[in-house]
Amino acid sequence: MSVFINNRTKLVVQGITGRDGSLHTSLMKAYGTSVVAGVTPGKGGKKFNGIPVFDSVADAVAKTKANTSVIYVPPPFAVDAIFEAADAGIKTIICITEGVPANDMMKVYEYIREMDVRLIGPNCPGLISPGQSKVGIIPGQICKKGGVGVVSRSGTLTYEAVWALTNAGIGQSTCVGIGGDQVIGTNFIDCLEAFENDPATKAVVMIGEIGGDDEQKAALFVKKKMTKPVVGFISGRTAPPGKRMGHAGAIISGSAGTAEEKVAAFNKAGIPVADSPTEIPGLIVAALKKAKAKAATKVAKKVTKKVAKKKVAKKAVTKNKVAKKKAVKKATRKTATKKVVKKVAKKIVKKKTKKSKKR
Amino acid sequence: MKIHEYQAKELFIEAGINAPDGKVATTADEAEAFAREIGAPVMVKAQVHVGGRGKAGGVKFAKTVEEARSHAENILGMDIKGLTVKKVLITSAAEITSEAYVGIILDRVTKRPVFMVSSAGGIDIEEVAAKTPEKIHKLAVDPIVGLRDFEARELAFKLYKDIKQVRQASVILKKLYEVFWKYDASLVEINPLITDGDGNVVALDAKFNIDDNALYRQARIEEMRDLDAEEPSEVEAREGDLSFVKLDGNIGCIVNGAGLAMATMDLVKRYGGEPANFLDIGGSSNPRKVVSAMKIILSDPKVEAILFNIFGGITRCDDVANGIVMAFKELNPKVPVVVRLTGTNEKEAAKILKTVPIDTGATTLDEVVKRTIALASKGAPIVEQEELVLA
Repeated sequence: MSVFINNRTKLVVQGITGRDGSLHTSLMKAYGTSVVAGVTPGKGGKKFNGIPVFDSVADAVAKTKANTSVIYVPPPFAVDAIFEAADAGIKTIICITEGVPANDMMKVYEYIREMDVRLIGPNCPGLISPGQSKVGIIPGQICKKGGVGVVSRSGTLTYEAVWALTNAGIGQSTCVGIGGDQVIGTNFIDCLEAFENDPATKAVVMIGEIGGDDEQKAALFVKKKMTKPVVGFISGRTAPPGKRMGHAGAIISGSAGTAEEKVAAFNKAGIPVADSPTEIPGLIVAALKKAKAKAATKVAKKVTKKVAKKKVAKKAVTKNKVAKKKAVKKATRKTATKKVVKKVAKKIVKKKTKKSKKR
Repeated sequence: MKIHEYQAKELFIEAGINAPDGKVATTADEAEAFAREIGAPVMVKAQVHVGGRGKAGGVKFAKTVEEARSHAENILGMDIKGLTVKKVLITSAAEITSEAYVGIILDRVTKRPVFMVSSAGGIDIEEVAAKTPEKIHKLAVDPIVGLRDFEARELAFKLYKDIKQVRQASVILKKLYEVFWKYDASLVEINPLITDGDGNVVALDAKFNIDDNALYRQARIEEMRDLDAEEPSEVEAREGDLSFVKLDGNIGCIVNGAGLAMATMDLVKRYGGEPANFLDIGGSSNPRKVVSAMKIILSDPKVEAILFNIFGGITRCDDVANGIVMAFKELNPKVPVVVRLTGTNEKEAAKILKTVPIDTGATTLDEVVKRTIALASKGAPIVEQEELVLA
């Protein structure tokens, strides 16, 4: 399993004959994504790379039963493309286009709010469920199938984190780039919720940046609602206030939305924060071990309770002894897991140095 | 993008918002002449792209024409939060009986334009918002329906009791909302919105930020761009289609992607360096962009080393490598250049880069940062540089 896209994804590419659209359609197809249709008004009836092209999304859906759309059209036409996909009955829309006017996005967001539509982006790299499907521009070769969900506001920084995970032998369930703009369709919490409900996802990496307070809200969500471990990274610690750092969303004015606030919110929610993207795999390994140990003690406690209940009926005196024994066992188990974590971390470091030496 | 108060007022007046007309002076002589034309008393207001002008002494009341001249002399050339004042606005001084605040901001939480109004306007509005947030009234407008008359009235009633003033303020709020959409604003603000001696509601100030993504359809706003009010290297970067912010450090950074660029800067700081800039070369990797990026960074005398961190996705590493080779031929940099190229076409890139004197020893993000800082602290370019360039 995975989130938002999987091997049942049937993709229509809006802007399939454009410069970016054509290149990435070929890359998505080569990765194994089921690209069933393309749309370029005026080029209906033609084919691109064996994929039928239609004049409208409605036509494409009628003929191919496409259920997911990816948008590569230029900024002045991107919002119309989202409206068109939503009206054609597409339920998952991924808008890659960078530079979409924010006020137009407010209108389209309001429009799809009441519809059962998942919009990801704009200004995002899309998403990939390794081994199943890739929608967008994330390079497939840096990913590996596995159990870590990745959600991020950035593009290349996501690649950096994913690459670090893959190099450490840690695979991913789904990697989602939600986009760096002020008005985006899917936020951190939407993704965290999806990862929490996805059986294939065992842990989550959340990569945030300066601007807004989505990360702070997500941290609260993690604390209150999530059972799976989450580790984090925040970029923009050195950004000066009031300046726009490329992402329209990354504007900090005054004290709201600084990296410090976000790191503090993560810490408060018990989310370990990496100082460098290369530290993320180590934190994931540690977090998974901790979660496993927690689950183990939970099971142990349940067993203890059952045993205790039975014995209470027989002899009250033995109860104390059993509890003491269990306590001793628990303590030894704790130190044992600590050792394992250390060992694994060491292994990763070794692997890495080997790899860099090879290069 | 930001525009000046006098430009914003021009747009307000056109839209039918009651705001005092004024004239912009760049010299004390001009200021005096305009003050005479408008008739004293006047206000002399610094035109810079930064808030808090009043508190910094950039806004003065002048009883006489002579006083207007001396205020203009003081304010022109003044430094306000790092920006030099090159223009002053001369407007008639209104009698103020009350000061309110109104603004519309694109709110990323509700994803709607949100009105903020307060009867406690003026230069202390930020303090009001921090200490007594209950004095700021908010309304998120449905962007499809727009601001309805009764909503405008409800907001106006938060500001005034007198029905005549409520009506005038409602009109201003409606017009302000129209202006917000017409010019693709991300923020419009009137502070203060005053009542004058005759009891009329007047917009005494105007602040206007426009969404950069919408500038392609806002020719009028683009014409208003004041290149004098911006950092020259940032202007050059914009023309080269690069996302650039100048900082004060010694390590020049060239990265693809905004998030990765910020993360790289953070690591520079973490390992003991100071980033000289934020620079994102963007997704498409035209080699000329790399040359422009190098040129802008090399023009900063504080830069002691340049760091390239490229993670190729759409960006092709060989394109960037070709750009680096071109930059070496054209610019002949005298500071060490450390390059890490990973991802799409990295092998081709490595071959291309063999012809230039750069450090490519680093494979990870952390390594490239550490190496650059180490080379910068040596304070001299790498030795074999000139020989290799000749070869």
